[in-house]
Amino acid sequence: MKKLVWLASMAAIAGSGLFIVASQDQPDFVGLIVNSQRPKMAIADFRASGGGETLMSTFNQTLWSDVESAGLFQMVSKSLYPARIPQQPADFQQPPPPATGRPKRGQPPPPTTGNGLWIADWSGPPVSATYLTLGFAAVQNGVFVVRGFVFDMRRGTPSEAQVIGKNYLGSVDEPGARKTAHEFACDIIAQFGGTCIAGSHIYYTHQPSKLGSKEIWMMDADGSNPRQITRFNNVPGSTFVSVSPDGGKIAFTSYAKGQPAIFVFSVDPVRDLRFYNQAASVNATPSFTPDGKQIVYASSAPDDRCCRIFIANLDGMGFRPISAPGFIDVEPKVNPKTGTQIAFVSGRSGHPQVYTMNIDGGNVERISDGTGEATNPAWNPNGRTLAFAWTRGYATGKYNVFEMDVVTRKYLQLTHDEGRNENPVWAPDGVHLAFMSTRGGTEQIYTMLADGTQPQKITSQGYNSNPAWGK
Amino acid sequence: MFDRHKIPAICLAISLTVFAAGCNKRSAPIAPPPPMAAPAPNGGGSTPVAPAPAAAAPVVAQFSAEPTSILIGQSSTLRWQVTGDTSSVTIDQTIGTVQNTGNRRVFPSQSTTYTLTATGAGGTTTGTATVSVSEAPGPPPSTGGAGMGVPRAATGGGTFEQRILASVQDVYFDYDQSEVRGDSQAVLTQDATALKAVLADFPNAIIMVEGHCDERGSAEYNLGLGDRRASSAKDFLVQLGVPADRIRTISYGKERPQCTESNEQCWQKNRRVHFSPGQ
Repeated sequence: MKKLVWLASMAAIAGSGLFIVASQDQPDFVGLIVNSQRPKMAIADFRASGGGETLMSTFNQTLWSDVESAGLFQMVSKSLYPARIPQQPADFQQPPPPATGRPKRGQPPPPTTGNGLWIADWSGPPVSATYLTLGFAAVQNGVFVVRGFVFDMRRGTPSEAQVIGKNYLGSVDEPGARKTAHEFACDIIAQFGGTCIAGSHIYYTHQPSKLGSKEIWMMDADGSNPRQITRFNNVPGSTFVSVSPDGGKIAFTSYAKGQPAIFVFSVDPVRDLRFYNQAASVNATPSFTPDGKQIVYASSAPDDRCCRIFIANLDGMGFRPISAPGFIDVEPKVNPKTGTQIAFVSGRSGHPQVYTMNIDGGNVERISDGTGEATNPAWNPNGRTLAFAWTRGYATGKYNVFEMDVVTRKYLQLTHDEGRNENPVWAPDGVHLAFMSTRGGTEQIYTMLADGTQPQKITSQGYNSNPAWGK
Repeated sequence: MFDRHKIPAICLAISLTVFAAGCNKRSAPIAPPPPMAAPAPNGGGSTPVAPAPAAAAPVVAQFSAEPTSILIGQSSTLRWQVTGDTSSVTIDQTIGTVQNTGNRRVFPSQSTTYTLTATGAGGTTTGTATVSVSEAPGPPPSTGGAGMGVPRAATGGGTFEQRILASVQDVYFDYDQSEVRGDSQAVLTQDATALKAVLADFPNAIIMVEGHCDERGSAEYNLGLGDRRASSAKDFLVQLGVPADRIRTISYGKERPQCTESNEQCWQKNRRVHFSPGQ
């Protein structure tokens, strides 16, 4: 129990602020526990009866992937698991008491292993699991029902060991299998102090072919269920999407009406909420304030000379400028924790760099150090770490994803010269990032952890870029 | 463990989420599958799968040319939209493979019928669009006297678009710069003369000054830089007497490159201002 408390409190620190690893000169402040220190998790395959059998492959893969990608555990490979897999607490057996006295002739020796039915089969080598997830599924009354359990293998008996025991319901199809797996994974992650991103959505720009129409699409955080949102069917099209804090609205830039202009849409149902664009040659790169009530954006108003940062109501009215005139200032992003600070990109000192300023325009500070070009800033939910794309150390146009503590200016390089790596955005858990990379040849969207590990490609068709991560 | 008190809540959830079937009696707790003697079979049971219904051929929702009649040297715009299960769309007359929906400006030198071919799993569908091309009328005979204005045709015939294409040249910029550099000033000066003439001949027309960038900067910043290049060129033209209310600026950032190679020669071609007819 003590270890669980330690783990939960460390994860809480990681979630709420910066987690400085012991070594002083290592800029590792990303809020993740180093892999070798994470507890070991074994997840047994779930089986089903009564009609759910064909769904279990999807269920098991989704559950494993969600738990692994949370960055909380060392996952123990299934190849090490014993032959017999318990499906519920009652399946566990107690090892027989040790033999006393001389073994009688003809009696078989006492068993030394339960082949999976003893707790020791899982807590000892080769599995050496700290935690074990198991369960089963069945179809009852036309509903896919999953019974999921998590055990702490350091306890002696199953009843002491059980940490989670819960039912999950879904439709009897692939989406139902994924939904129940996502929900169970979220409960496991929450139990261990993490924030769940399963069930969150990534919005992005999709282009079926180069020079084709760019439209805004959305997908699940693991890349499944892609669906189209905008259907303007014009070129160049729509891009630079951002999501409202409650996940219900998106704001983006589109050429649908001729000049690049800002649109604000509700997501469910998809509806144009009508944003008033100032009369200007360009209105672009909108994003939401953390209270969801205002939009900050870049505009070439009033004299068609791009661009100043403006703030306005959700409908575009009540606009006023924030940044000083005369520079190319774009991509404003409001600090999600304080609501009083804006990160943005400006060419005021030469090539584009990342700056911060107060929401009233005062206290402009350059955050990137002036080398190369820095662009695409994105705030971690902790309100202190900025991810951005930077050409530092590479040729013009060769961006990598970096993250920087805006107070200490310590930074970490997350990608390393595999193509262009741009537009990093944070997941609601503050531990995952989505970004665009050309490392595979074309622009595709990837996710990774805040220390740069576990990169995962989540799009593949056409050209995909400019992700935004919402609820 | 399975809490008996939660059964009514679970029944309610089942009713609400999936079926409207009543659930007014306590359901039996679900049983796990029997323990395995042999390894469990792989997923994907033995129920036969019905063959997928045959796909329908693609639908050419639109394939048109506008205008359908032009003078030689003018252009027409083909517009098309193909829906349904489509794996490829091609148009003949050397246009080649295109995306399912799009448009293309064409300059046929004689009357031409364009054929669009859309192929998908369900078959092939075609559509046609025809552009008629006729000779431009010759210039009226010269009147030869003093004091007569220069006939319009003598300054170069053709549409607004054709005149821009022929007489207003692109200008180029340095990396991450929007100032009109020396060599571009000379070109813009010539452009100003040409534009004043064209705009005088077409009193209702508007010129679009497009700003473009090379591929290397971010798309967001390049949207801004392209806008600055366009406004920079416009300022220069206005100073030379081109009427400001006849010029509009637009930035395409790096979205409409002239070429796609990753070398300085191509990058320079893309760092440009381009002139086109406005709406």
